[in-house]
Amino acid sequence: MLELHNYSVSFGPVAALRGTTLTIKPGDRLGVVGESGSGKTMLALSLMGMAPDNAHLDGLLRVDGQDMTHATEKQWQQIRARRVAMIFQEPMAALNPLRRVGDTVMEPMRVHEGLSHDQARARALALFEEVGIPDPTARLRQFPHQLSGGQRQRVLIALALACNPSLLIADEPTTALDANVALRITDLLVRLSVERGMALVFITHDLAAVARATEDIVVMYGGDMVEHGTTTHVLAAPAHPYTKGLLAARPDAVGSTRDANGKRHRLPTIPGTVPPLMALPLGCRFAGRCPVEVSHCATRKPAVTHTGLGRHSACHLHEGDAP
Amino acid sequence: MTRRLPANFIIGAVLVTLVVGVAALSVVWTPHDPTALNIRDKFADPSSTHWLGTDQLGRDVVSQLMAAARNSMTVALVAVLLGGSIGVALGLFASAVGGWVEDGVMRLADLGFAFPALLFAIMLAAVFGPSLSNAVLAIAFINIPVFARVTRGSANQVWTLDYVAASRAAGMNKFVISRDHILPNIAAAIIVQATIEFAVAILAEAALSYLGLGAQPPASSWGRMLSEAQTLMYLAPHLAIYPGLCIITAVLGFGLLGDGLRDITDPRLSRQR
Repeated sequence: MLELHNYSVSFGPVAALRGTTLTIKPGDRLGVVGESGSGKTMLALSLMGMAPDNAHLDGLLRVDGQDMTHATEKQWQQIRARRVAMIFQEPMAALNPLRRVGDTVMEPMRVHEGLSHDQARARALALFEEVGIPDPTARLRQFPHQLSGGQRQRVLIALALACNPSLLIADEPTTALDANVALRITDLLVRLSVERGMALVFITHDLAAVARATEDIVVMYGGDMVEHGTTTHVLAAPAHPYTKGLLAARPDAVGSTRDANGKRHRLPTIPGTVPPLMALPLGCRFAGRCPVEVSHCATRKPAVTHTGLGRHSACHLHEGDAP
Repeated sequence: MTRRLPANFIIGAVLVTLVVGVAALSVVWTPHDPTALNIRDKFADPSSTHWLGTDQLGRDVVSQLMAAARNSMTVALVAVLLGGSIGVALGLFASAVGGWVEDGVMRLADLGFAFPALLFAIMLAAVFGPSLSNAVLAIAFINIPVFARVTRGSANQVWTLDYVAASRAAGMNKFVISRDHILPNIAAAIIVQATIEFAVAILAEAALSYLGLGAQPPASSWGRMLSEAQTLMYLAPHLAIYPGLCIITAVLGFGLLGDGLRDITDPRLSRQR
């Protein structure tokens, strides 16, 4: 139902998203992981037609078979909420502080489906129950500041579900929440996706949450999809050096920070930092920080290769015909 | 939340209450008919019947001042509401559409600023003839760019916020977003501006009436009272002093109230002082 083919978003000479190819089918649960600045949010905004006005879009973006690459704001308004909906990173900031949360949730129903106030209210009430907001009748009349962070994120989920979308994009929905609440929100999203047959794009940098919530995974770096495949296989046996580095850099809650001899050891890291978009290498974006780099990495873009077990990796090491 | 109200807010509120109260009272009661002539009693000293005396035509000064307060408030209210709503609508529109439309509207507003307000009002009076309604229109017109600029500036800030993005993601069009999300969140800035513009409008009305381009006789106006008293300054200076004090009270009151409201609604500014 949603297709990206060789899709790019660039600002002048700078590419925030480069040659993304992705297909999302109904009911899919896709995790998107990567560091800050890897293009995750730009990908999410693109899927909503909300890339910044000064961005140059290239490639192909199809929603329900309809080419939306260069669609107008009016065309997108027909797609948003009813086909594709989105929830945001900061539940504190994503609700209008001066509106009752019920009114906010009812708004898309009234505008898109012409529901009366009472009909919209009944549906909002049902949605609040579905997303697990206790005492929904009273909550409808409350203002955002009266709700906790987890409650607000649930309200935002209810808002996103207002017009029964077939795809929900969650852009770091749990980053601003504490671990316990984050876990419950993650589980809620999975439950909603399963119960409604709704596809879910789950953007995060929490690998544990991706493992828990998704079936497929996309690993992004510097605007490129460096690896994608089945979540279990990619996380258990990553093929791309960046994914390997990312997984190695996870702190282990069970293991200690001391090795067998009692010496403290540092958490492995990926050396360096993500260079600014202006300064990214033209070939493989990971060149310069990659432990297994070969001579032409920085200049030639690696092709996406199937590396077995449902994994696809964009690395020169996996290209059979690499010179 | 207990926070001490700023002094300018309190003083402004007291003065405004006084002026508005007197203006409201004049609708139902004045000591005398403000337009009734009584030549035999001209230049009367203050007494129990004429609290502040009478003018060169024997009209009661207190009654005239009260009626003038009402006229002044009405002119300022209509002018600010009219100019304000057009300006706010333009500002919201410019901010929502963006691009060259926004630039165009704002350059037009700059052009509006370039006109000296009073000169524009004089021009309007010269073309359409002096009358109170023309004065109202002129004052309303000079308010448009002020409100357009304030609205557009505040609205542009709100447009970058997450809840606007969330509303866009819910498929709302720019009109709905402007009405339901932008306007309520910039209302404070607009109310502050309106209060300050109210003071400006009172002053403008007084100035226009002083020049004979506003309220026409026999309607009472502080500005007209001033201009009539001007020729009698040596004979009866109090006839100029009272309307002058009234203008000062009203303008100062609304000005301080606006400043006070700004300090309350935007704590960042008050802390810098």
